[in-house]
Amino acid sequence: MKKISLSSILSQLLLLFFVIIWIIPTFGLFISSLRDKDLLAISGWWTALTTTEINEIYRMSGMESQIEEDGYFKIKGTLFKENSGKKIESFGINSKKINEFKIGDIAIFKDESEVILDENGNYEWRSKSEFQKKKGKRLFTTSLSPPSFTFENYREVLFKEGIGRAFVNTMAVALPSTLIPLIICSFFAYSLTWMRFYGRDTLLAIIIASLVVPLQMSLIPILTIYNDFGALFGVAAKSYPGVWMAHTGFGLASTTFLLRNFLKSLPNEMMEAAKVDGASHYDIFLRIIIPLSIPAFASIFILQFLWCWNDLLVGLVFLDQVPSEIILTAKLKELLGSRGENWEILTTGAFVSMTVPLFIFFALQRYFIRGLVAGSVKG
Amino acid sequence: MTILNLLFVVFLGILFFIAYFHISNYLLDSYGGKSVKRYNFENSIRVIVFIAPAFIVLFIFILYPVFETIRLSFYDKFGREFVGLYNYKWAINDPEFRRSILNNLVWLLVVPTLSTFFGLVIANLADRIWWGSIAKSIIFMPMAISFVGAGVIWKFIYEYRGPDNTQIGLLNAIIVSLDYEPQAWLTIPIWNNFFLMAIMIWIQTGLALVIFSAALRSIPKEMLEAARIDGASELKIFFSIIIPYLEQTILVIWTLITIIVLRIFDIIFAMTNGEWQTGVLANLMYDWMFRGGGDSGRGSVLAIVIMIGVIPILAWNLYKHRQEQKI
Repeated sequence: MKKISLSSILSQLLLLFFVIIWIIPTFGLFISSLRDKDLLAISGWWTALTTTEINEIYRMSGMESQIEEDGYFKIKGTLFKENSGKKIESFGINSKKINEFKIGDIAIFKDESEVILDENGNYEWRSKSEFQKKKGKRLFTTSLSPPSFTFENYREVLFKEGIGRAFVNTMAVALPSTLIPLIICSFFAYSLTWMRFYGRDTLLAIIIASLVVPLQMSLIPILTIYNDFGALFGVAAKSYPGVWMAHTGFGLASTTFLLRNFLKSLPNEMMEAAKVDGASHYDIFLRIIIPLSIPAFASIFILQFLWCWNDLLVGLVFLDQVPSEIILTAKLKELLGSRGENWEILTTGAFVSMTVPLFIFFALQRYFIRGLVAGSVKG
Repeated sequence: MTILNLLFVVFLGILFFIAYFHISNYLLDSYGGKSVKRYNFENSIRVIVFIAPAFIVLFIFILYPVFETIRLSFYDKFGREFVGLYNYKWAINDPEFRRSILNNLVWLLVVPTLSTFFGLVIANLADRIWWGSIAKSIIFMPMAISFVGAGVIWKFIYEYRGPDNTQIGLLNAIIVSLDYEPQAWLTIPIWNNFFLMAIMIWIQTGLALVIFSAALRSIPKEMLEAARIDGASELKIFFSIIIPYLEQTILVIWTLITIIVLRIFDIIFAMTNGEWQTGVLANLMYDWMFRGGGDSGRGSVLAIVIMIGVIPILAWNLYKHRQEQKI
């Protein structure tokens, strides 16, 4: 029988409180990325499911679209886009009195032309004399907008703001930056565990020390090397292979360390038996080590991949900030500066940048946690 | 570079390393093993084949830079002329540097402590509740996203509009609904640092949480049962059994987060760019790498100051490694 005690209820409430605090920021971002951008700019995302009052300014069509009817010159049109769902509450013809008229009222301008408006934003503007101006007059509307969700923000961000290309670039940075260290470190970790050679213990100590060296220690010298290299061979100093190798360097110690810890746990007898049968180290590596290490590889792959995908500093320093090279995080930072008020772009861009990490997180959480617990140490 | 070209380069890059290992080992396999002499020769070459790529990378990207950065810190902005302690003296007298190191210290005090604390509390709560694993997933999730992404998420929370407008930032909306004036949170000196730290705590608590969750399982159930039978309250158990038992884990997590916080860069770079007195060492260093054409001397000094922060941890790790080797 389960006892429902006060302390159990209290701990449930406390945990619920933490969960709510932790989920709300991300949830708000997600909701906002799906909202209509006009609504997003004037109302909090937590009101997304209620109707919102919007004040807007529209300009009616000019003289070109006038027709003659019943002794009047008329210009007819509609203010809203199709299916906007907005319902006009009141309107005005003067910026100082934007709520002057109700639907059904006839608003009269100074030049004695008059306008009537229905709640869906269709207007009829008429005058006894011919319209002479190319631009129509302004209308100020106050309307109620129902909740409106759209993928329009995603389309805009992916194709117009360059986030789509940045996504590809980030993939082109992160994938090799994960696979290359995995390949070279698995051989390195193997030799540190199963081969005997002079200086092995020193090398291991260097790896342990390198685990915590901050990457800031490497930035200036490596940038100098890249610049010299570029000048010497007449190639660009900043390039994709340069970033891959930088990530490889910064991830090398932790990848080697984690792999070695795993390899050390494999039974020695297996290697000995294979050796007696005449297998070379490479045979052992391919036939025994790799199949056994798949779970360890998965954990390390995820850690390093997320690290590279989420990195900003390395991509900022070792890549040119041009459309064909800029990575997602750098692009987001750029948008924070240039489009700081356009929350539909920022929230959607941020969410696009999070899709891959979130997918990995939900699909492979087990391996991710295993890798972290195994000793997430990274300079 | 078009996307197709890019894919091709990516493919070539990865293939290069696979080919290196495969071809060199294939050659060794077909050469060696026919006599004892050849066998020994093959083995020593193979060690080199296995180690060389990783060692070269380690040397170029970690070992050489550490010494080069130390050297550059004694040289002028172009790294050409020896200037002695000039850069260090500049740092000590630079108000921006002082501000950064102070901020860094506050970060180091607050973030690891609170992340570890929250992680421990939540792990302990979630361990005893049937929906605990879902709760853990949710609190762990920020670990997966980038600091810049987290920055956007929180900048939206901290968003400020003038007092006459509808607040679309959650924090200001709450403040306004309680009849207070909305604030531009990120521009209030001193306090803004804590608003930035909140983001880091939001992220790193997940790390502490998962490691603690794993460690909690190692506490013998009998011990907890015995305490409960003796009538100890959950709070008492938490402080008298769980915390002493997890002492080692707490220390590990605390150092882990300390290392991450010491080189914190992205969050501040994205949110305030060090303005309104929020700068930290890593941001100042990035700044000096490019400010006025770049000053490698000053940049290096800043890198070394960050490095000094990790040296105790580095020494401790090496010491522990020695101990393990002996056993």
